[in-house]
Amino acid sequence: MRVVVDYDLCESNAVCVGAAPEVFEVREDDFLYVLQDEPDETLRAKVEDAVRRCPKQAIKIED
Amino acid sequence: MRRIVVVGASLAGLRAAEALREEGFDGPLTVIGDEPHRPYDRPPLSKQVLAGAKEASQIALPVGDREALDLTWRLGVAAVGLDLVERRVALDDGSQEQFDGLVIATGATPRRIAVPEGMAGVHTLRTIDDCLALRDALDAGASRVVVVGAGFIGAEVAATCRGRGAEVTLLEALPVPLGRVLGEDMGRLCGDLHRDHGVDLRTGAGVAGFEGGARVEQVRLSDGSAVPADVVVVGVGVTPNTGWLEGSGLALDDGVLCDETTLAAPGVVAAGDVARWPNGLFGEVMRVEHWDNAIDMGAHAARRLLDGSGATSDYRPVPWFWSDQYDRKLQLAGRPGPGDQVQVVAGSVEDRRFTALYGRAGRVVGALGWNMPARIVRYRSQIATGLSWDAALADA
Ligand SMILES: Cc1cc2nc3c(=O)[nH]c(=O)nc-3n(C[C@H](O)[C@H](O)[C@H](O)COP(=O)(O)OP(=O)(O)OC[C@H]3O[C@@H](n4cnc5c(N)ncnc54)[C@H](O)[C@@H]3O)c2cc1C
Ligand code: SF4
Repeated sequence: MRVVVDYDLCESNAVCVGAAPEVFEVREDDFLYVLQDEPDETLRAKVEDAVRRCPKQAIKIED
Repeated sequence: MRRIVVVGASLAGLRAAEALREEGFDGPLTVIGDEPHRPYDRPPLSKQVLAGAKEASQIALPVGDREALDLTWRLGVAAVGLDLVERRVALDDGSQEQFDGLVIATGATPRRIAVPEGMAGVHTLRTIDDCLALRDALDAGASRVVVVGAGFIGAEVAATCRGRGAEVTLLEALPVPLGRVLGEDMGRLCGDLHRDHGVDLRTGAGVAGFEGGARVEQVRLSDGSAVPADVVVVGVGVTPNTGWLEGSGLALDDGVLCDETTLAAPGVVAAGDVARWPNGLFGEVMRVEHWDNAIDMGAHAARRLLDGSGATSDYRPVPWFWSDQYDRKLQLAGRPGPGDQVQVVAGSVEDRRFTALYGRAGRVVGALGWNMPARIVRYRSQIATGLSWDAALADA
């Protein structure tokens, strides 16, 4: 599983961080950082939750 | 449970339908919606779509794997009645839908102010059709916009119309915009933000009526003065869509009244803007009109519906939402109230980039961020586990 964020859409509201803190982080500079581009399958449910919750639909999972 | 019907084909209803399938429900699943459209996203209606930066076709809500979801859509038909004994929903085309389980997700409708018969130009904003009608009026040259109500929708419409170059008057009946939601000090900051962007914000301004002929020409205020208008947008709150449930036996009180777990009656759950339930985390019976809640509550209600043994946990979220106005992104987590203590804990109010906390009875009950999203999400999870006011200030 590969996590891809469209940074043109992302507005750094950090909703994905709440859903999958292992994978996403918004730092004090208020930019979103993807901590793991290819997270383990065990995180799939959490990443899918992040995809669904992103209000900007900025996250995609490429299998 | 053999057959489930979802009424309301939008965020909460769609999320509930997806969650039902994720939880393994494999019976017939029907989604009924009175709008002719497939589910779409509402927040862009007061932002990018109204601005002209996005088209209607670009805001469809992603509907997971269509095959796997296997939904029967009944769009463009409204539910008009519910029979809990016969387990039937009556539709306005005369047909009926039989169910074992029902998800109520009919959302809310803007409140209106009486408009003289035959007068065009007074808008509300809830649906894509509302948005396009308003945008068409602006495209056609309406340049004097009067927005009634400085709540979040009104504020966003004012900001977006300013961004389009229109002259905007924003009328607010209260002395401070959003004072009841954010408190007077923070509300005043919101007011200043509009004024600095050239909006003519008038507070304590009641609307007496709309005047003109075939089109609105001016808004009469209760102090007797008048504001010229090419177009008016009324944003004075919403009422939950429960009309179709009158007489069904469900408890209705500013929404469908549910228990702690989102259950409204045996085999009936409600979610999203239409639902009201006791949120144990805040000790308050609340109805939440936020995007994020529609998603969470939709999923929670789906799990509750499938759970025959009643083992589903209570629904105890920390409400969270965002609002984009001009170049500012406001985010609010929690449930602040008018009497709360307010303390800025990071950033600066002058820079319009800050985090403020709301405290009540020794606990943090809310966090407001202006262009500081990361902190708000952090506070949100801390509020969920009970963050004390002293600990939060010591930590900040
Ligand atoms: C312009 C605008 C901007 C917004 N911006 C933000 C924002 O920035 N941040 C945020 O957090 N939230 C925002 N929101 C709020 C968010 O969009 C709502 O909380 C969310 O849409 C609620 O979802 P819902 O599914 O509960 O209800 P709705 O989206 O209202 O959907 C209910 C659906 O049910 C249909 N329906 C109603 N009655 C019947 C019936 N009898 N039979 C069949 N169908 C029926 C309705 O037509 C509608 O399609 C905004 C809302 C609007 C209108
Ligand atoms: S939820 Fe979406 S918009 Fe928000 S930070 Fe994550 S990717 Fe960006």
